[in-house]
Amino acid sequence: MSVLELSEITKVFPGVVANDRVSLSLERGEIVALLGENGAGKSTLMNVVYGLLSADGGHVLVDDKPVKIKSPRQAIDLGIGMVHQHFMLVEPLTVTENIVLGREPGRFGVIDFATAREKVQELSVRYGLKVDPDARIMDLSVGMQQRVEILKALYQGARVLILDEPTAVLTPQEAKELFGVVRSLVDEGLSVVFITHKLEEVMSVSDRIIVMRDGRVVGETKPSETDGVGLARMMVGRDVVLSVEKGHSERVAEILEVMDLHVKGDRGLEAVCGVSFNVCGGEVVALAGVSGNGQTELIEAIVGLRRPTSGMLRLKGVDITHASARASIEAGVSHIPEDRRRRGLVLEFDLAENLVLGDHRLAPYATRGIMHPSAITTTAEKRITDYDIRTPSWHVLASNLSGGNQQKVVVAREMGRNPELLVAAQPTRGLDVGAIEFVHRQILKERESGKAVLLVSLELEEVLSLADRILVIYEGRIVREFAAGEADEETLGYFMTGGGGTKLEDEGGTEQAEMTEGNL
Amino acid sequence: MSESRETLPAHRAWMTVVQKVGTPLISVILAIGIGSVIMWASGYDPVAAFAALFKGSFGGPKQIGDTLLRATPLILTGLAVAYGFRAGLFNIGAEGQLFMGGLAAAWLGVALTGLPWIVMVPLLVVAAMLAGAAWAFVPAILKARIGAHEVITTMMFTYIGRYIVSWLVVGPLKAPGQIPQTDAVSIESQLPRIQALFSEATLEALPFLKLGRTHLGIVVAVIAALVVWFILKYTTLGYENRAVGFNPWASETGGISVQWTTVKALCISGALAGLAGAVEVMGVHHRIFDQFSSGFGFTGIAVALLAKNHPLGVIPAAILFGALSAGAGTMQLEAHVPQKIILIIQALVIFLVAAEEIVTWFIKRRQKEALSHVG
Repeated sequence: MSVLELSEITKVFPGVVANDRVSLSLERGEIVALLGENGAGKSTLMNVVYGLLSADGGHVLVDDKPVKIKSPRQAIDLGIGMVHQHFMLVEPLTVTENIVLGREPGRFGVIDFATAREKVQELSVRYGLKVDPDARIMDLSVGMQQRVEILKALYQGARVLILDEPTAVLTPQEAKELFGVVRSLVDEGLSVVFITHKLEEVMSVSDRIIVMRDGRVVGETKPSETDGVGLARMMVGRDVVLSVEKGHSERVAEILEVMDLHVKGDRGLEAVCGVSFNVCGGEVVALAGVSGNGQTELIEAIVGLRRPTSGMLRLKGVDITHASARASIEAGVSHIPEDRRRRGLVLEFDLAENLVLGDHRLAPYATRGIMHPSAITTTAEKRITDYDIRTPSWHVLASNLSGGNQQKVVVAREMGRNPELLVAAQPTRGLDVGAIEFVHRQILKERESGKAVLLVSLELEEVLSLADRILVIYEGRIVREFAAGEADEETLGYFMTGGGGTKLEDEGGTEQAEMTEGNL
Repeated sequence: MSESRETLPAHRAWMTVVQKVGTPLISVILAIGIGSVIMWASGYDPVAAFAALFKGSFGGPKQIGDTLLRATPLILTGLAVAYGFRAGLFNIGAEGQLFMGGLAAAWLGVALTGLPWIVMVPLLVVAAMLAGAAWAFVPAILKARIGAHEVITTMMFTYIGRYIVSWLVVGPLKAPGQIPQTDAVSIESQLPRIQALFSEATLEALPFLKLGRTHLGIVVAVIAALVVWFILKYTTLGYENRAVGFNPWASETGGISVQWTTVKALCISGALAGLAGAVEVMGVHHRIFDQFSSGFGFTGIAVALLAKNHPLGVIPAAILFGALSAGAGTMQLEAHVPQKIILIIQALVIFLVAAEEIVTWFIKRRQKEALSHVG
C-alpha cells in the first residue's frame, strides 16, 4: 500500500507546461529522491501535493483514497508536511513558539507553553533532532532552522515529509547530519520525498530515484543500479562532463596583490584579520572555507564594496585599497556576487539593462550621460547567444528567468566585460549540472586567456577541479595554501574547520564551524 | 529548461501595456461608479451631477482652460513625486519645496527690475528650481548620510517652508495694504495667458484657443514631463535612478553610488516641485501669499500614484484631478450636489489606485511564486 500516489498530474502555467501527466508513488518507510534540473518541475509537483498550487489534471491519492488538496492546511491534516527551500519561520520567536504556531496547546486563547515545550522536547529526542526549544530562530544557524522546520512538520503529524532542496543552504557537515536525520525518520515509519539536483546526495540518501525533465518523469532507478554519469545523462538528456578538463595555462604576471588586509564585518568585529596573497594572470586561485569565515568581507573589500581598515590592495601595481566599486570595475575587476538575486541583478530590469549594469556609463553604451539603446541591445543579444541564456529576447525581465539563467546573465555580464581579475563567489550555487559545467568552462576559459580568477566556493569538489592554488580561510585568516593536486577533500575539510589551529585552538573543529555559521 | 519553458506568449507584452493603462482607468471608472451610488443614496441625481461636472470641466474652451489651469501645478508636483518614487524615495514634502520655489520666484520677480522678459522668465524658473532643490537637499543629505527617513524629514521641511512664507508675507516682504501678501511681480516676470499670445482675429477664427486663465505654465509643465521621461529612459542618470529604486544592493555592486543617487533624486524631485511653485506665482497669482497653493504638493502624490510613476502618465492623471476640481463648482450650481462630494471621488480614486497596487502586488507575487515553483 502506498502512502502517497500521484496519477497523471498536469500543471500548466501561462506558456509553460510545468508538469505533464506525472505519476509516482511513495511507500511507507521509503526515501524517494526527486531529481531534475532547475526548472524540471519538481517543486511544482510537490507544491501541488502540498496544496499550494492546484493541478489542472490528475489525481492525488493518500492511503489509496483519492483526495482533493486545496490548501496546505488540508495537506497537513492528511499527514503531509513540507519543508521549503526558504524557511517560513518567525525570526524573533523561539523554537517552541514556531513549532506550535497555528496549533498551540492550551485553551481559551491562552497558550500552555509548558506542554508545548514538553512536546517539542519529546519529538526532538524521539527523532534525534537536537535543538534548544527556547532559542530564538534568528540566533540559530541555517541547519538548525531547518531542523525546526522538520520538527514543526512532525509536530503537525506529518507521515509524509517533502524536503525541497534541503541541502542547498547547508554546509557539507550539516548536510551529512541531515541525511542521518532523514534515515531515522524513515526508521520511525515516515516516508520522505527529497527534491534535489545534486547527484551525490541522491546516491547516498535515497532508496529510489525518480528523474524529471521538462515536466515529465523520464526515468526511475535505484542507487545500486546506476552511477553519477548515468543519472546526469537521464537528468540533462545528454552526456555531461562531471569534472571539466583543465587545459594548459601559463602563469603570467601578478594581477592582484593583497597585503596584510584587515576588514571589519557588519557588526564591527574584525572579519578579515591580516590576509596576504596574490593572484596571477592565467591561474585560478580558490578560497576554500566554511561560510562565514571572512570570505564575504574579503571579497567585498577587493571589489570596492567595503572599506578595509588597514592593509593594501593592488591591481597590476596600482593601489586600489580605497577604490569605490565603480573605480574598481573601471580598473578591470569583475565580480560574480554570492547572492545573485540581491547583489547581482535588478530583477525588475529587462535583460538588456541587466547585461550592461556596471558598464552602463561607458561607451558605446553611453556617451556624456546619454544612453544608446541600440548599442546596449546589440551587446545584450550577443551575450545572450554567447552565454546560452535561454530566453525569447532581451525584453524579458530578469525576474522571469529561472535561477540558472539568471546566473548566466550575471556571468555573461561580468566575463563579457573582459576584466583583468574575475572574482567569482559561489558561481554555481543552486545550478544544475548542465549549468555548472557551463560556468566551469567559462571560468577556465578566462584562465586560459591569461586572466586572473579568484574563486570563492563552499563546494570542495569545485575548488579541487578548478583551482591552481587553494587558500584555506578560517576565522578571517589564511591558514594553509595548497597547490593543485596537493590536497584532497579530507585535508581541506580538516583545515577549513580549524583543524590546523588558529587563535582558537582548543575548540572542536566541526562545532566551531557550526557556531560560525550561526553567527551569520 | 527547454526553449518553450522560458517563452512568454506574445500577448503577454500586450497584456502589460493594457495592464499599465487599463488598471488606473478601471480605478477611475469604479470611483465614479461608487461616487454615483453615494450621491444617489444621499438623494442627488448622479447623472445630472456628472453631466454638470463634465460641462464645468470640458464643456467649452473656457472650461477646458480652467481644467488645464488647475492641472498645471499638479503635472509638476506629480512629476516631482514620481521621480522620487522611481528611486525608491517618497518625497512627501513636495508642498514645502513648492512654497520655496514660489517664494524665490515671487521675491526675484519684485526685486529684479529692468530686465527683459526673455531674461526674467528663465531666471525665475531656474531660481525656483534651485530653491526647491535646496529645500530637498537637507533631507537628501540626512537620508544619504545617516539614513533619516525622507518621509519624516521632507514633511518637517514642509512646515518650515510654509511658515517661513507665512512670516515673510506679514513681515519683510509684505506689500503695503491690509492683505498679507507680497508685491506683484513685474510684468516681465509673468507667464502670459495662452489667449493673450494670439490676436483677436485669430481667436475669433480659432475659438478653441480662448482658454481663459490658462497660461504658458501648461507648456512648461508638458515640456518638463517630456524631459523627465527622457531622463528616465535615455540617460545614465535615469538608469541609475531606476536601478537604485529597484535594487540598491545590485546597484552598488554595479558601481552606482546609492547615496549620491539618493541625493540627486530628491534634489531633482525638489526642483520639479519648486518649478510648480514658480509657475503658480508667475502664471496665476503673480505674488505669493499664505494660501497660494491648495495642497498641490500633496495632490501630486495622488497624481503620481494614478500615473503609476510614469512621467507621461502624469499628464492625464493631473488633468483628471484638475477637471474634478474645475467642474465641482458647476456641479454644485446646476445639480445642487455639494462640492465636497468631489473630495470623496478624489479620495475614492486614490483609494482604488492604491488598492489596485496592492492587488497587482499580490498577483505579481503569485506569478513570481508560480515561476519559482517551476523549479
